[in-house]
Amino acid sequence: MTAPAISRRVEQVMGMPISLALRGRHADDAVGEAAWQEALAELRWVDEVFSTWRSDSQVSRLGRGEVALDDCDPAVAEVLRLGDDARLSSDGAFDVWRPDAHGVRRLDPSGVVKGWAVDRAVAPLLALAETDVCLSAGGDMVCHVADPAGLPWSIGIENPLDPARLVARVPVHRGAVATSGSAHRGAHVVDARSGLAQDALASVTVVGAHLTSVDIDATTALALGVDGPAWLRSRLRTAVVVWADGRAETVA
Amino acid sequence: MKRIVLWVLSTLSTVVVLFGYHTSTSSVMATSSEGTISGSLTGQTTSGSGTGAATSGTAPPAVGASGASGGSSSVASGTVTGDVAQTRWGPVQVQLEVSGSTITNVTILRYPDSNGRDIQIANYSLPQLIQETLDAQGDSISMVSGATYTSQGYLESLQSALDQAGL
Repeated sequence: MTAPAISRRVEQVMGMPISLALRGRHADDAVGEAAWQEALAELRWVDEVFSTWRSDSQVSRLGRGEVALDDCDPAVAEVLRLGDDARLSSDGAFDVWRPDAHGVRRLDPSGVVKGWAVDRAVAPLLALAETDVCLSAGGDMVCHVADPAGLPWSIGIENPLDPARLVARVPVHRGAVATSGSAHRGAHVVDARSGLAQDALASVTVVGAHLTSVDIDATTALALGVDGPAWLRSRLRTAVVVWADGRAETVA
Repeated sequence: MKRIVLWVLSTLSTVVVLFGYHTSTSSVMATSSEGTISGSLTGQTTSGSGTGAATSGTAPPAVGASGASGGSSSVASGTVTGDVAQTRWGPVQVQLEVSGSTITNVTILRYPDSNGRDIQIANYSLPQLIQETLDAQGDSISMVSGATYTSQGYLESLQSALDQAGL
């Protein structure tokens, strides 16, 4: 079977590469390009509002207590609600308020924002007729194949211990794939209850309907460490877990 | 007949929920319904190995068929709408078109939408474990999922190779 040509674009937004793959009718034309620019504009707006790296973002100012939640864009409250849901379902392992190195609790909704932002930003791309879309923000992605009987996107799951290799592949017609791990940033996922990084799992990849929730669940399972795979099963998740020693297993 | 319709309705709820959130493990339920369902559910069946754990935990609350109560011994031909069933993922409601003892069509009126936004049926297969380099996979990999890339990490990553190759 000859795969249709894929048109690719990459931009840096939110401190990470945003990669787009398109196939089909609008893959290379002005309509597709306009939808891509619209998606990027949305992501840049999210970065302005939510970035914890920008001291003047609404979230940074909210975290310092300089503004109230009511003064922020309504999207901030929406994201904090998602974070609150995740805190409850993870028994506190996932929390947008986390102790920093000095034990001071800091507001960092980054674990919620990325998936949520891509779910929003992909909308103009999904509206492209007869066009297959795969939009990835730093390794977390939304996939869409216009024709349900068409060729699926084939997503490779990186080996966290050796990024030149893959541990799994998953064909996706419509859905989202998110991976949390320590491969590129050091141990940056911590259990919010202790402020400590877990070290049992090297990475967790979750596949599901919406990136917002699979991204949160991947991060939560990683933070839960040895309890992560059982927690994913309890949520009926489809996932790939890589243990610290390199063993990979599927959860389904 | 009423009992059969009720059973089908509750089974459909389960199938719908599974299609929405756990497509790859729904083959057992989908297959068991094939004999009685024609029409709109065809084409949604998927391959993949079913696991008992995933399907057994999803039994929905009872779904009633409106207009089918009382002592009637059979359901007349026409349209039967199920009550809204609340599942852990949200409301599910289905409608059947019945001709005598045959269900001729199934319509999904409502099904869960976790984000309150787009209604979209997720469709993906189970991940397959492999131990290979990207080269060994050739151009069959469209995108790579990995831990959050910083710009520096990205340069070393598989995704950059894909982008550069224009595959």
